[in-house]
Amino acid sequence: MSGELQHYDLPFWKKYIFSQDHKVIGIQYGITALIFLFFGFLLMLLMRWQLAYPGQPLPVIGKWFGEANMPDGVMLPEFYNQLGAMHGTIMVFLGVVPLAVGAFGNYLVPLQIGAPDMAFPKLNMASFWVYFVGGVIMLVSFFVPGGAANSGWTSYPPLANIATTGQTYWLLGMVFLITSSLLGSVNTITTIFQLRAPGLSFFRLPFFVWGQLIAAFLLLLAFPPLEAAGVMQLMDRVFHTSFFMPTGLMISGQPLDISGGGSVLLWQHLFWFLAHPEVYVLILPAMGIVTEIITNNSRKPLNGHKLMIYSVIFLGFMSFIVWAHHMFLTGMGTAISTFFQATTMIISIPSVIILSYLFITLWGGSIRFNTPMLFALAFLPMFGIGGLTGLPLGLSTSDIHLHDTYYVIAHFHYVVAPGTIFALFAGIYYWFPKATGRRMNELLGKIHFWPSFIFMNVIFMPMFIQGLAGVSRRLYDGGASYDFAQGVLHLNKISTHGAWGLAIVQIPFIINFVWSIFKGQKVESDNPWEATTLEWAAPNCPPHGNFLKPVKAYRGPYEYSVPGAKKDFSPQFEEHT
Amino acid sequence: MSTETIPYTVESRYDTGLYNAKLGIWLFLASEAMLFGALFSSYILLRVGAVDWPRGSSILSVPLGAFNTVLLISSSLTMLLSWAALRLKDFKKFKILLGITILLALLFLSVKSYEYYLKFEHHLFASKSTFLAIYFTMTGLHALHIIGGIVVNTYLWGPGSRMWKTQPERFTNRIEIAGLYWHFVDLVWLFLFPVLYLL
Repeated sequence: MSGELQHYDLPFWKKYIFSQDHKVIGIQYGITALIFLFFGFLLMLLMRWQLAYPGQPLPVIGKWFGEANMPDGVMLPEFYNQLGAMHGTIMVFLGVVPLAVGAFGNYLVPLQIGAPDMAFPKLNMASFWVYFVGGVIMLVSFFVPGGAANSGWTSYPPLANIATTGQTYWLLGMVFLITSSLLGSVNTITTIFQLRAPGLSFFRLPFFVWGQLIAAFLLLLAFPPLEAAGVMQLMDRVFHTSFFMPTGLMISGQPLDISGGGSVLLWQHLFWFLAHPEVYVLILPAMGIVTEIITNNSRKPLNGHKLMIYSVIFLGFMSFIVWAHHMFLTGMGTAISTFFQATTMIISIPSVIILSYLFITLWGGSIRFNTPMLFALAFLPMFGIGGLTGLPLGLSTSDIHLHDTYYVIAHFHYVVAPGTIFALFAGIYYWFPKATGRRMNELLGKIHFWPSFIFMNVIFMPMFIQGLAGVSRRLYDGGASYDFAQGVLHLNKISTHGAWGLAIVQIPFIINFVWSIFKGQKVESDNPWEATTLEWAAPNCPPHGNFLKPVKAYRGPYEYSVPGAKKDFSPQFEEHT
Repeated sequence: MSTETIPYTVESRYDTGLYNAKLGIWLFLASEAMLFGALFSSYILLRVGAVDWPRGSSILSVPLGAFNTVLLISSSLTMLLSWAALRLKDFKKFKILLGITILLALLFLSVKSYEYYLKFEHHLFASKSTFLAIYFTMTGLHALHIIGGIVVNTYLWGPGSRMWKTQPERFTNRIEIAGLYWHFVDLVWLFLFPVLYLL
C-alpha cells in the first residue's frame, strides 16, 4: 500500500509482469481473459460437433484428444460432460467477469474518476495473480485422472460429491477465483469512494463507474456464500462429511458409507445466492460501456441519468433476493416460489428502465455509426431478447415446462454472448486509442461486426424452438435418442454451422487487434471521439500516475450539444466551453 | 515525470471521513460477515432438517470453550489498548500489549488443538455426524482466521513496527486496521461458542 508512485526506471519484470500500475494490470487481465474466452469457445465448438453429428468421428483433429476422451475421434459422454462444465466455468469466471470487471474496471475506473491509480496497488497486483493461479488450476484439472469437473458449472451435489478428482480441482480453483474477486472488489469500491477528483460528486460519476461500483458490491457480498459452500463440498469430498449427502443415498444399488443427514438443496441455495447476482456482475459493466458509447456517438446527453443511477442501485439490492427462481422445480414449496416469482418480476423493472433510457437517448441524436457504436447498438435488442425471454422462466408455472431445456440456454446466452460480449467488444474498439494511441481499423471492425451479429442469432435463435419443444439442455446426443425431439433435431446443425461461422469471423478481430497495436492509424488528439468524461483528459497511453496536471470535474458526465457552447461536447475537465 | 501520490493513505478524506485502508477493511469485514453468515445459515438449515441433533454440551467441553471465550475477549481488549497506547505515543506499552494479544491468541489455538485432540482420540471425526461436520468446519475456518490474525499482528509487532519511527500516524492506522479485523474474529467466536457448545 505504498503511497509513492515514482517510476520509469523499473526493471522489465516489475513494469510489465509484477506491475502495480492499474493500467498494466488491466491489460494483463484483458489479455488473459480474452485467451480464456477463446479457449472456452473452442470447448463449445467441440461440443457443437457432437450435438450436430452425434456419434460421428470428428475429422482430422478428433484423434488429438486421446483414447480416454475421444477414441477414434468419437466423443465419449464423460468427455462431453467435462466440456460442458468447463465451458460454463471458464466463460463466466475466467472470461467474461475478469474482462468486464478486471480489465475494463481496472483500466478505466481510476481514469474516469481522475485518480492516479487504484487505492491499493499491491492488492491489485495480488488480485490478478490469484486469478491467474485459479485459471491455471482449472486448466490443469483437464489432465488429472478422470479429467476435469464434469458435474455442470453449477456442481450440484450429490453428483458433484461423488465425481472424479477434477471436481476437487474445480473447488480449489474457485477458492482462488473468489479470493481474487474479493480483493478486486474491495479495491474498486475503496477507489471509487476515496479517490474521486475534486468536483466529482456521486451524481457526476459516469454510468460506467456506477455499473462497476454496484458490480463490485455484488462480488463482495455474494461470493462468500459460494466460498462457504465450496469449503463444505471440499469437506464432503476430502473428509467424507455429509453436508450435501442425504440419509439413505444409494449409488448403483449400493448404500453409501456416509453419516447422512445432509441437504442437497443447501448447495443450490448457496450456489444461486452467488450465481444470480453474478448475472448482474456480467451485465452491469456491459450496460456501463454501452451507455458511454451511445451517449458519445449520438452526441446527446444521457436521458434519465439520475433515474438510471437509482435503477442500478435498486437492481443491486434486488439481485440478492431473487436467487431461488432457479430452483422452482426442487419442491421447495409454493409459498417460497411465489415470493421469488414476485421479486423476479420486480427486478425486471430497473433493467427495463435502463434499456428504455438508452433507446430514448438515441432519439433525435446525430448518430455516428462507427464500429464501437454498432456493437453498442446491437447490445440493445440482443439484451432485450435475452431479458424478455427470461420472464417465462421467472414465472413458476411456465418454468415447469421450460426449466433445464435449451430455452434456458438460449435465454442466458442472449444476455451474455450477443449482449455482454458485444458490449465488451464495443469497449475494446472504443478505448483502444486511449490505451495504445492508435485506432483499430474500421473496415475490419465492420467485417467483424455484421457477420458476428448474424451468426450469434443463427446459433441461439433455434435453441428457443428446441427448448419450447422440450429438449433438455445437458443431453450428450442433442436429443437424438428422444422421440419428441426428432422434429427439431435438424436445428442442431444450424446452430453448429452458426458457431463455425462465428469462429471464422473472429479472425478479422484478432488480426485487427494485433495489427492495430503496432500499425494502426495514430490518433492526433487525446480525445479522438470528442467525449466528455475524465479519462480523455489523460494523455494517450497514460503514464504512471495517469494525469499530467491535476484534474477537476466541473460538470456532469454527458454534456453533449449544450446550447450556447462553442462545440457539441462540454468535457467534465474543461472549465469554460 | 509525475510523482503523483495516492491520496488519503494516512489522512481522512473530507467527505467520507475515512482513510483508504479503513474503508477497505470494513468492506473486507462485510464480505467475511457474509462468509460466516452463510455457514451459520447452513447450520440452521441442517439442524432444522435433522431427525435428531445432539446438544453441544454432550459432545464438547463447555469449560474449555468458555475458557477460550475469556481468552479471546481479553485479547480483543489488549489489542484495543495497544492502539490506544500508540495514540498516546507510548511505544513501549504498545509492544507489551500487542505481545500479550499474540500470546493470548496462541493460547487460544493451543486449547482449540487440545479440544480437537480429545475428539480425535474418541474417533469423533467430521465424517461421523452432521453436527461434528459443521463443528469442525466452522471452528476450523475460524482457527484459520486466528492464524491469519497472529501472522499480521506478529509482523506489526516485529519488523513492521519500524514504521513507527518514520510514519507514526500511518503505523497507528495499521494497528487500528489489524484491531478491527481482530475484533471481528473475536465476534465470530462469540457467536460460535453459544451456537455450537450451548444450544
